[in-house]
Amino acid sequence: MIRSCLPARAGLGFKPQHYQDALDAPGALGFFEVHAENYMGAGGAPHAMLERLHRDHALSVHGVGLSIGGAGPLDPDHLARLETLLERHQPESFSEHLAWSSHGAAWLNDLLPLPYTDETLATVCAHVDQVQDRLGRRLLLENPATYVTFATSTWPEVEFLRAIARRTGCGLLLDVNNVFVSATNHGFDPLAYLEGFPLEAVGEIHLAGHEVDAQPGPPLLIDSHARPVADPVWDLFARVLARTGPLPTLIEWDNDVPDFATLRAEAARAETLLHEVRHVAAA
Amino acid sequence: MSLPPDHAGFEAAFHAGLWTREAPRGLDPQRFSAYRNTVQHGLVRALAARFPVVERLVGAPFFAAMGRVFAATHPPASAVLLDWGQDFAAFLARFPPVAGLPYLPDVARLEWLRGLACHAADAPMIDPAALTRADPARLVLGLAPSVQAFASPFPALAIWQANQPGATPAPLPGGPQHALIARDPGLAVVVEPLAPAQHATLTALLQGRPLASAATSDPTPVLALLIRHRLIATVGELP
Amino acid sequence: MTKTTPILAASIAAALAMGAATTATAQEMERCYGVSLAGQNDCAAGPGTSCAGSSVLDFQGNAWKMVPAGTCATMELPADGMGHARMGVTQAMLDAGSYGPGVNRDLPAGLDPAVAATYMPVMM
Repeated sequence: MIRSCLPARAGLGFKPQHYQDALDAPGALGFFEVHAENYMGAGGAPHAMLERLHRDHALSVHGVGLSIGGAGPLDPDHLARLETLLERHQPESFSEHLAWSSHGAAWLNDLLPLPYTDETLATVCAHVDQVQDRLGRRLLLENPATYVTFATSTWPEVEFLRAIARRTGCGLLLDVNNVFVSATNHGFDPLAYLEGFPLEAVGEIHLAGHEVDAQPGPPLLIDSHARPVADPVWDLFARVLARTGPLPTLIEWDNDVPDFATLRAEAARAETLLHEVRHVAAA
Repeated sequence: MSLPPDHAGFEAAFHAGLWTREAPRGLDPQRFSAYRNTVQHGLVRALAARFPVVERLVGAPFFAAMGRVFAATHPPASAVLLDWGQDFAAFLARFPPVAGLPYLPDVARLEWLRGLACHAADAPMIDPAALTRADPARLVLGLAPSVQAFASPFPALAIWQANQPGATPAPLPGGPQHALIARDPGLAVVVEPLAPAQHATLTALLQGRPLASAATSDPTPVLALLIRHRLIATVGELP
Repeated sequence: MTKTTPILAASIAAALAMGAATTATAQEMERCYGVSLAGQNDCAAGPGTSCAGSSVLDFQGNAWKMVPAGTCATMELPADGMGHARMGVTQAMLDAGSYGPGVNRDLPAGLDPAVAATYMPVMM
């Protein structure tokens, strides 16, 4: 198992409206995670809050803007901003996505899918190498939730991720909800996907809620992060833990964010499962 | 038919579909529209988060439609969305459907400046007593990076205030209006109304001019604001 | 010393007294994130992970054909010498083409037509 510096406990995405709640509960959560790009201003409250929060909690910085899966070169300015941010806050973990989010000079504010081919594999690996070299640290790369697949793909997603991890030495961030969303959308068995997933490279797990799209036709799940984690996703999470042992696990809830108590209840549910496997491992 | 097999060709074809009605060839249109919708919706919501009073003034449905035009023609240049929107005021000034709201660009500019103040670099603050130790005639003040001077020929400040959560309706004054916008030591963004002459003094100070030449009128009110909110970063003297 | 020096010195002393009279209260950092504050939220950096839409295009509205209908519609401003007693805009004004001097309602003035062509189909 990859040793992440994050504790193998449940964490929450940090929302500024929960700042005081978070300060009032030191130790109640294993870590907080933030989107890197929200902390790329020069100064002010965001950095002050993050600094204060980091005194009591481990910190995970989760990037959404590198466009690692893009065809073009990485944005050197964005890499520099990331370097500055990580230098400033020294988070215990940094992660990004197997996706692209910019085209030419335009940033698209979404994690877009890519075909899995020899060519895209080479590009992604070169980008991951560049990021890790520049930042001087290991990156965790997250599996995507997708709504389409491409006829041009020649690699299964799990093999694609395994190859990236092997070639670049990066770790993986396993988003169990993404697995369930993609499996439902594309009609594959999530257990089979997880069976093939290179769990030995996983340094963090994400759990989130999804929506069922109301359109007629085959079921389409949308990765909305606006609801509690669904029961089938909890089941998959437990099955993963049975194989990996406890891992840092994030509850992601980014839209229609509820009060802190509701988020903590979700984290507590994850913590219970983590505790069970910890207990099993110790027995 | 399917998407181009090469990475760059694929990306270009996929991207083109995000801004038209046509899904890229070979992709289910309904599935693809989840991406198109997320891109457009996400950008519009990010814009609304930056310009909440503009959204309130024109209403959410209109803002959404207008925001899509802005996003398509002025997409973010980087993933740092807090840097996106500098051109929004200028866009509004030449967007025909809001030509009947001539104050709207200035309200947008006020909201933009508040964002700049919120995220400006931190700076050390001097002990105000240092002001008394310098020769007033040669005094040069370095202001905190968050300090912004705002001016509008319209009552843009009153319009902005009237559209804050919980604001009680009140008759609006005529224009023009001026303000100092900055971040205080508690990290809150403050908007302080200024008289036109005070705005002129603040603007001159921001340009680095010495107090003696910046103060074309009594500088006391501006100085008091700068002291109260701890916005003086350096005190220097002309040689 | 110039003759302005005593005036400036008095001004500084007065400003110090005024500035000190109101003690700067340490306000909560969250205020920087209030509903009213520009800046950021997690919509602003959560592609795919936040602000997710659905497969249904929820923006059928076309700004070229809509009327701003927020608080601007009821806000009363005093006549300001620019001929705007009420600063709202009505459908009748739009229909009459009188919502602004010299504005061609049909064309996105200042927008590159080639660029406009790429988004107009979605907007219609």
